[in-house]
Amino acid sequence: MTLVDRSTSAKNSTHVLMALVENKPGVLTRVASLFRRRGFNIESLTVGHTENPDISRMTIAVDASKTNATMVANNLFKLVNVIDVQNVTKEPSVMRDLALIKVKANAQTLFEINQMVDIYKAKVVDICAESVIVEVTGPESKIESIVGMLKPYGILEMVRTGLVAMVRGSGYFSGLPPAENGNGDAAAIYAEN
Amino acid sequence: MKRTGAQILWESLIAEGVEVVFGYPGGSIMPAYDALLDYPNIHHVLVRHEENAAFAAGGYARASGRVGVCMVTSGPGATNTVTGLADAMLDSVPIVAITGQVGSAFVGSDAFQETDVTGVTLPVTKHNYLVKDVRELAQVMKEAFYIARSGRPGPVLVDVCKDVQFASTDFDYDAITVRLPGYQPKLRGTNQLIRQAAAYINDAKRPVILAGHGIILSSAHDELRQLAEQGHIPVSTTLLGIGSIPASHPLNLRMMGMHGEAWANQAIHEADLLIALGMRFDDRVTGNLNTYAKHAHVIHVDIDPAEINKNVLVDVGIAGDVKRVLEQIIPLIEHQARAAWFAQIAEWQQEAQSRDILGQEDDTLHVPFVLSEIQRQTDPDREAVTVVTDVGQHQMWTAQYFRQERKDGLLTSGGLGAMGFGIPTAIGASFARPDEEIWVIVGDGGFQMSIPELATIMQEQRRVKIAVMRNGFLGMVRQWQELIHGHRYSEVNISSPDLLKLAGAYGILAMRAETKEQASEIIAEARSHGGPVLMDFVVEQEVNVYPMVAPGKALNDMLRRPVNERIASGL
Repeated sequence: MTLVDRSTSAKNSTHVLMALVENKPGVLTRVASLFRRRGFNIESLTVGHTENPDISRMTIAVDASKTNATMVANNLFKLVNVIDVQNVTKEPSVMRDLALIKVKANAQTLFEINQMVDIYKAKVVDICAESVIVEVTGPESKIESIVGMLKPYGILEMVRTGLVAMVRGSGYFSGLPPAENGNGDAAAIYAEN
Repeated sequence: MKRTGAQILWESLIAEGVEVVFGYPGGSIMPAYDALLDYPNIHHVLVRHEENAAFAAGGYARASGRVGVCMVTSGPGATNTVTGLADAMLDSVPIVAITGQVGSAFVGSDAFQETDVTGVTLPVTKHNYLVKDVRELAQVMKEAFYIARSGRPGPVLVDVCKDVQFASTDFDYDAITVRLPGYQPKLRGTNQLIRQAAAYINDAKRPVILAGHGIILSSAHDELRQLAEQGHIPVSTTLLGIGSIPASHPLNLRMMGMHGEAWANQAIHEADLLIALGMRFDDRVTGNLNTYAKHAHVIHVDIDPAEINKNVLVDVGIAGDVKRVLEQIIPLIEHQARAAWFAQIAEWQQEAQSRDILGQEDDTLHVPFVLSEIQRQTDPDREAVTVVTDVGQHQMWTAQYFRQERKDGLLTSGGLGAMGFGIPTAIGASFARPDEEIWVIVGDGGFQMSIPELATIMQEQRRVKIAVMRNGFLGMVRQWQELIHGHRYSEVNISSPDLLKLAGAYGILAMRAETKEQASEIIAEARSHGGPVLMDFVVEQEVNVYPMVAPGKALNDMLRRPVNERIASGL
């Protein structure tokens, strides 16, 4: 027998789970409560609508050095309102985070900041006498990089959305695959019981 | 058909085959109780505390295999059920708890007797609902029953606003389909996993089957026995797995774990393969995980995928219904003699005989004697005898000394270990098994948590035999204080009222035993009496449950009762 090692799945790495959940009141509480009571370490959690108004989608970034991502997925799957869960860490996928960064700026530094924003394909979305708001989208590494570059000018405020992810290619994770959909199996168990 | 929410509640219950509901009325559930008067087919049992409504519903469910139902009011009524729900959650017991809630317009306003019950019970229910619109109520009821009893069973709570109970809507229960896209319990293993599991089993020299509650919940007794006999593999059970294989079966090593049989723990420690079926490697069965079954490969079958690799990393993990998975595995299993393995186990078993308290020559009255005597006397009727325990020393002794031949004869609070469980659970069980003898084994601590329910027992004329093991101590805590905390007794002395007078006040026949002879006599007398009986067994004060794996210790590192030289030398 081997002891479950909750820390070795990937040192210092982030695992990314995508979950489709029913768009009902209280679902976010159920997910958050699950993480708290199981002691799962979550780096970020984003929730938003999908193309289907009955279904919301969550992207959950798990600190895999502290928490076993498979356990998170299995426990999420146990929640009645969670329709499907996928670990997409190893899938080729697009991962994005959006940050708004308010940076100190004056006539002298504004030019430099603008240059940097161009290099990162970011945008200045607000400007006033003492500061600008920079909007940047990209993988987390890109955001961390621009944050590092802007730091010397003085970051006054920052907000990030957290990671959202989508797998590349023709497969999709946005509805219910017909085979597992609905109540085929469920109805059978129901009838049996 | 137009129906009020209150009528929908009762008609949904009737449609689900519910005959008995355990509950307690109050402000926010009054419309439902008013409607109850029009449904004489439902028998409502008025408990004396809402916690016991939940326990009794669990007792009914454990004894019947069907969904137990309790109904209470909002706020304090609902919060009082939390312990019973938590017990059902950890032991996978199907309950539907219906709680009243303040009017939907008042939810969130700190109204009188308002508590966020779906919030409070979220971690102790499999799922819960707050119903604020009468048009959702029937759908919710159908889903609640379906979720409670399917997959890994568990408690589901339905919180129904008071205005919903008054409001009316169209109602046709049969027309409702359960639509839960995210709830699809897995039932069977893939062929590849099944073949891998069979290969491990056929290759094993020292295998042990670990049989848990899942065997009983999925009625896989025959499959378990077939696997064990066909492969010639010993079986050890968890506390809740007692009954999965008869106690007298030659392959049954009996209970494992903290107070398991020494040879069972030794076998698990030395095993080269653990075949874990419908169990979850609770800390009480593994001891220290760092030293647990170090030489063993592990096959784990459980209907709950989140249990697999939770505490113990497995070689083959199969998420599925254990009965169906065993049906898949059994045809691939070869018979192996494993003579050396069985010889080793027999040697451990022999050594343990000389330590058994029942072999000691003493005249004092102790709990293992009482239990084996109850078993001896009830044995001829054993298929109609249910044993319910409370929690503590007597519970472990019941597991050890009341040898269950019956497949579902023991009802006990395993995961939660909730004192005060026994008596209300017995009340619930007595409705599921009305023609049976229901025995409750309870300590003087747990008994005093449940005294109010004596009134329920009398009011409902339950044939419950209450055996109080009165040692004047909170025995298990005392044992830990003695063995682990250096004999520093802290708040473990517990006095009791005169139990004969107490029972008399409730109109319950009561008897006392202070010796072994008296114990045998009152057990016989209690059996001959048709109604409820209370037996006050004045037992030895400071006897310990052995073996004991102290917390943090390896499973084979057990505190044992000393060897009795007379028995050891065969005199």
